[in-house]
Amino acid sequence: MLELRHRGGCPGSGGAAAPPPREGEAAGGDHETESTSDKETDIDDRYGDLDSRTDSDIPEIPPSSDRTPEILKKALSGLSSRWKNWWIRGILTLTMISLFFLIIYMGSFMLMLLVLGIQVKCFHEIITIGYRVYRSYDLPWFRTLSWYFLLCVNYFFYGETVADYFATFVQREEQLQFLIRYHRFISFALYLAGFCMFVLSLVKKHYRLQFYMFAWTHVTLLITVTQSHLVIQNLFEGMIWFLVPISSVICNDITAYLFGFFFGRTPLIKLSPKKTWEGFIGGFFSTVVFGFIAAYMLSKYQYFVCPVEYRSDVNSFVTECEPSELFQLQSYSLPPFLKAVLRQETVSLYPFQIHSIALSTFASLIGPFGGFFASGFKRAFKIKDFANTIPGHGGIMDRFDCQYLMATFVHVYITSFIRGPNPSKVLQQLLVLQPEQQLNIYKTLKTHLIEKGILQPTLKV
Amino acid sequence: MTELRQRAVREPDAPPEDKESESEIKVDGETASDSESRAEAVSLATSADDTPEVLNRALSNLSSRWKNWWVRGILTLAMIAFFFIIIYLGPMVLMIIVMCVQIKCFHEIITIGYNVYHSYDLPWFRTLSWYFLLCVNYFFYGETVTDYFFTLVQREEPLRILSKYHRFISFTLYLIGFCMFVLSLVKKHYRLQFYMFGWTHVTLLIVVTQSHLVIHNLFEGMIWFIVPISCVICNDIMAYMFGFFFGRTPLIKLSPKKTWEGFIGGFFATVVFGLLLSYVMSGYRCFVCPVEYNNDTNSFTVDCEPSDLFRLQEYNIPEVIQSVIGLTTIWMYPFQIHSIALSTFASLIGPFGGFFASGFKRAFKIKDFANTIPGHGGIMDRFDCQYLMATFVNVYIASFIRGPNPSKLIQQFLTLRPDQQLHIFNTLRSHLADKGMLTATTEDE
Repeated sequence: MLELRHRGGCPGSGGAAAPPPREGEAAGGDHETESTSDKETDIDDRYGDLDSRTDSDIPEIPPSSDRTPEILKKALSGLSSRWKNWWIRGILTLTMISLFFLIIYMGSFMLMLLVLGIQVKCFHEIITIGYRVYRSYDLPWFRTLSWYFLLCVNYFFYGETVADYFATFVQREEQLQFLIRYHRFISFALYLAGFCMFVLSLVKKHYRLQFYMFAWTHVTLLITVTQSHLVIQNLFEGMIWFLVPISSVICNDITAYLFGFFFGRTPLIKLSPKKTWEGFIGGFFSTVVFGFIAAYMLSKYQYFVCPVEYRSDVNSFVTECEPSELFQLQSYSLPPFLKAVLRQETVSLYPFQIHSIALSTFASLIGPFGGFFASGFKRAFKIKDFANTIPGHGGIMDRFDCQYLMATFVHVYITSFIRGPNPSKVLQQLLVLQPEQQLNIYKTLKTHLIEKGILQPTLKV
Repeated sequence: MTELRQRAVREPDAPPEDKESESEIKVDGETASDSESRAEAVSLATSADDTPEVLNRALSNLSSRWKNWWVRGILTLAMIAFFFIIIYLGPMVLMIIVMCVQIKCFHEIITIGYNVYHSYDLPWFRTLSWYFLLCVNYFFYGETVTDYFFTLVQREEPLRILSKYHRFISFTLYLIGFCMFVLSLVKKHYRLQFYMFGWTHVTLLIVVTQSHLVIHNLFEGMIWFIVPISCVICNDIMAYMFGFFFGRTPLIKLSPKKTWEGFIGGFFATVVFGLLLSYVMSGYRCFVCPVEYNNDTNSFTVDCEPSDLFRLQEYNIPEVIQSVIGLTTIWMYPFQIHSIALSTFASLIGPFGGFFASGFKRAFKIKDFANTIPGHGGIMDRFDCQYLMATFVNVYIASFIRGPNPSKLIQQFLTLRPDQQLHIFNTLRSHLADKGMLTATTEDE
């Protein structure tokens, strides 16, 4: 979230830059100066104390290198440090937004890769914080195990998605069919292997640390990996379901910051002292308006509106279809008070714009709670930023903390209000059944379709 | 797991004993395996002995070691008898018992978290933990109920709306809990609160998903519930017996009382036990049939034509065993072959769940999860090996036994748009035509 941070020299926690024990000693005020491995006393006891102490006793994780590129530094060397930071943030914001547009232009496949890349980086950032908090960088096996679990969970989720959307492609290849049919079993076996390796890697005197890192890894997976897969599922529904929510959250960030900057007076929450009610409410209204307009502009193009499909003949993703009713202009009669204002009887809107109001409302009212959660997390573990990847902004996780709940909300919204189950998944499951069951279902479906008049009774194969 | 615990003094893990847990944590350089010396060192003023008075008096003559052995034995038999009674009472009672076990396990683990972090007085946190438990259970039960009680749900208007928007409602409930957590963050306690939040979620992941998978297995047929659980229990007991009589080589540093002889002996004994048990159970419809909800009688019924899995078939015995047994073929239920897979998992991988729980107890320096069952510890202590079994059985069933649920598919189909329905219908028709399943007569119907 855009908090007005006072950054004299762009402090921030580095990525896995320097070995933690040395930094811990350098921070000072930390009586645990020995490295973890060569003390006789039980490491678990030290961390037992660490757990029960209040926050003020916990040493800060020290800042690391400044990653602002030299070129920016030179260009802005004239300005005072406060303005310099403001400019760096501004330039990086514009850069990120342009990168976003570029990737949208390149298509859905690139977007999926981008989402995967972001997920891996977020996972890496959070796990690195865990290492530093627990000084567990040298724990046997643990780095390998964390990445292994990430791989397993991704394999499981991508297998479920791939099987759904690439049904025709998959039916052709024998080995893929085998992998799909026993996908859950294979994923479970892979996960089990990781679990057993964890149990076998438990070392005396490090039990508590290892359990903490195990739990830390799992919670991180729960947060980052499920979200990213829901994002990809939203993407397949239509790129507009990916773009409008993310843009609404970004817009809310920026407009809340601007409103807070110009009109901010009443503090919003103790957790983030720079947030104000004026920013919150101003951001809410502007985001709804922005979402409304963005939805209007994007609904016109098939490219954004159609579900992403994989065509086996061209071996690529296509977005071509007859836009559904959601994306066809309809006339709505205005309520009386708006009639007087706009002097029109009806207005032509895309139904999707009504939905965009719901999405923007969520982005502005509940999205910030994701940001407060991340702020609380950073305070709890005394870090300034998740990492130092983006100069002026912090880590990738810092940018995406408000998006945290948005993807889940959009996915739940789509499945509850927009469409039913995924047709390709239903088809895939049908094809897996026993032939007798398929025949029974075929007869039931036929009767149903004829009743509804969708199918002509005289049609023969 | 059945470790030979020496309990001279009954050490409680009763949650409100904050003092005791503090002293546990402050003792330097020890691991939980040094139970005896620590028991002496830590002076526990209040040690609540949960063994009923009856048992205490009856066994007052014996030495303390044998007394403990008897207490454990009697409680084991009591638990097994209880298990049989519940099976007799039917699926509904089983589901309720599973639910209660789940709640108790959750409570035990959360209480340990409170003790570890001395966070019993954190604002809101007890309420929030139970609220999250309620949310996740509501979500999972909603998904199950919608599947199995489909017709009942469609009839009642409020239920129909609840099931249609079920995911949205569950997500909203969870969000409320999440926002309450964020609003409850207090300065100077952030870390503790985040720890408890993480602790709650991991516990939910472990306990609640497992219990719902158990209920899914139960609906598949009570045999899929009974055989795996019995195999794990049998493995526990057999490994203990073999270890007691023949144990020599230690198995893993984490649990010093486990031995390779116990492990391997337990494996073979469990496989044999599984074969016998599945043979006995496959004969009865009430175990073998999927549990269904009958709308007319408004109750659960287990009545069906047993599937191929539960019909005796002849198998040729491989050469090497033929000479031993003297028979060329043998009549078995196909399910017995599957039971070998289940028993193998229960004996080879199940113990890892137990090692995980042992490691957890060492990490947090607790002897038992709780003190609910005299001689055994808490509910979680009994169920730690079951931990992975339910997931395995569920994945096994989904992968090898049955495919997706046909009625659920039809139900999903009916919610699709007409053009999607037509597309799927045509694809299915061409698929069936390719397989030669469609004849002119079926088309005429």
